[in-house]
Amino acid sequence: MNHLTEEQFVLYYYGEGDGSPAVRAHLDTCESCRAEYASLQRVLNVVDSAPVPERDANYGAEVWSRLQPSLGRRRWTLPILWPARHWAAAALVATLVVAAFLAGRYYPKAQPAAQTANAGQVVRERILLVAVGDHLERSQTVLLELVNARPGQSLDVASERERAGDLVADNRLYRQTAAHAGDTRVASVLDDLEPVLLEIARGPDRLTPEEVENLRQRIEGDGILFKVRVVGSAVRHREERAASPAGERTGQSTL
Amino acid sequence: MELSDSVAVAQARAGDSSAFRVLVERHSRNLFRLAYRMTGHQQDAEDVVQETFLRAYRQLSKFDERASFGTWLYRIAANCSLDMIRARKRRGAQTEAASDEGAPDPMQSVPDPAPAPDRLAMSGEVGRKVAAVLEGLSEMERTAFVLRHYEGMCIDDIGRTLGVQPNAAKHSIFRAVQKLRRALEPLVSSAP
Repeated sequence: MNHLTEEQFVLYYYGEGDGSPAVRAHLDTCESCRAEYASLQRVLNVVDSAPVPERDANYGAEVWSRLQPSLGRRRWTLPILWPARHWAAAALVATLVVAAFLAGRYYPKAQPAAQTANAGQVVRERILLVAVGDHLERSQTVLLELVNARPGQSLDVASERERAGDLVADNRLYRQTAAHAGDTRVASVLDDLEPVLLEIARGPDRLTPEEVENLRQRIEGDGILFKVRVVGSAVRHREERAASPAGERTGQSTL
Repeated sequence: MELSDSVAVAQARAGDSSAFRVLVERHSRNLFRLAYRMTGHQQDAEDVVQETFLRAYRQLSKFDERASFGTWLYRIAANCSLDMIRARKRRGAQTEAASDEGAPDPMQSVPDPAPAPDRLAMSGEVGRKVAAVLEGLSEMERTAFVLRHYEGMCIDDIGRTLGVQPNAAKHSIFRAVQKLRRALEPLVSSAP
């Protein structure tokens, strides 16, 4: 037998692969491989000494106290609320149009035209930011169900299918609105998201392990979850800024 | 009597938030260690712990009761850490440890000639060197290595967690070990 490779050493160290008996037998008889393996062992044993900041015994309680308010705030995602959502989305877009019209129509005439337009933009932005932020968060929840599914097992996605169906309808509205508002970043992520939502919505109620894996790879490979997460977070940030008095005054930035 | 994970999960699913609290308090410290090893930053690790429990809470109904809750939580935490690392990269955020990007490869900073191993071990310098080398690994190498070495996850599971073929996960581990050896062998080989 030739000398062992570094890969064989590593697999043997971690108890992986099916070559363990052969590796063991070789190590018993080959002094140079034994020395090489001992060297690898020393390095990997010392790796355990990498420092990790310790958290004290109260850490779990601290995490809980920060977590608890968020758990309550997210109750709106209960499935019972979902069927009415895409009507709500359509209503939001309609509200947006009306709000923009009213802001333009009734804002004091003495104000310069630029300020009038600005007021309309602030109203429009705030409404849309809230809606798109919620939409991205709901979409993220659906994608996460698939990404974090147990590998090698079929998966019941009946509720995700239903949610994805609703989200597709919302997604189209928001994508068109974002594109119209010139917010290419949001429009682009919604554009990427739509085919995945469609695929889930049009798929079966129960996915085979291969179908789950394919979807997972598609979601992760295209970085869709990441984009949704990052843009969602940016939208939330802008939403907060738009709600603050300073943001109201400036009214800058599109969706 | 202390609630087992499976009982706490069942009660949390039934809407008992105090049962979920038990799970949070039980697993937070381990999750922090994993998240810190993966992200290399305390604040990011704190955020990962928070996000992991949020995701777990939302997906509790999907958890397969026959599986280990801890393992399931670790997979979520690994994914959250990856999201965090990618987001950080995209944002171009200059975090504390990455602030010296463009500086020499951390592996090159291993002193030569090496001080005596016993002194290094006592001063914790080896630990710091290890941390520096881990910091210098690519995202995939670091994640695969942390999951294999510290968390004992098998290569197949690492591949699934990272969304890559097992072979790719395996080669990431090999590369990580190679880099660690290159940097640390001079320090440990002269140990008594």
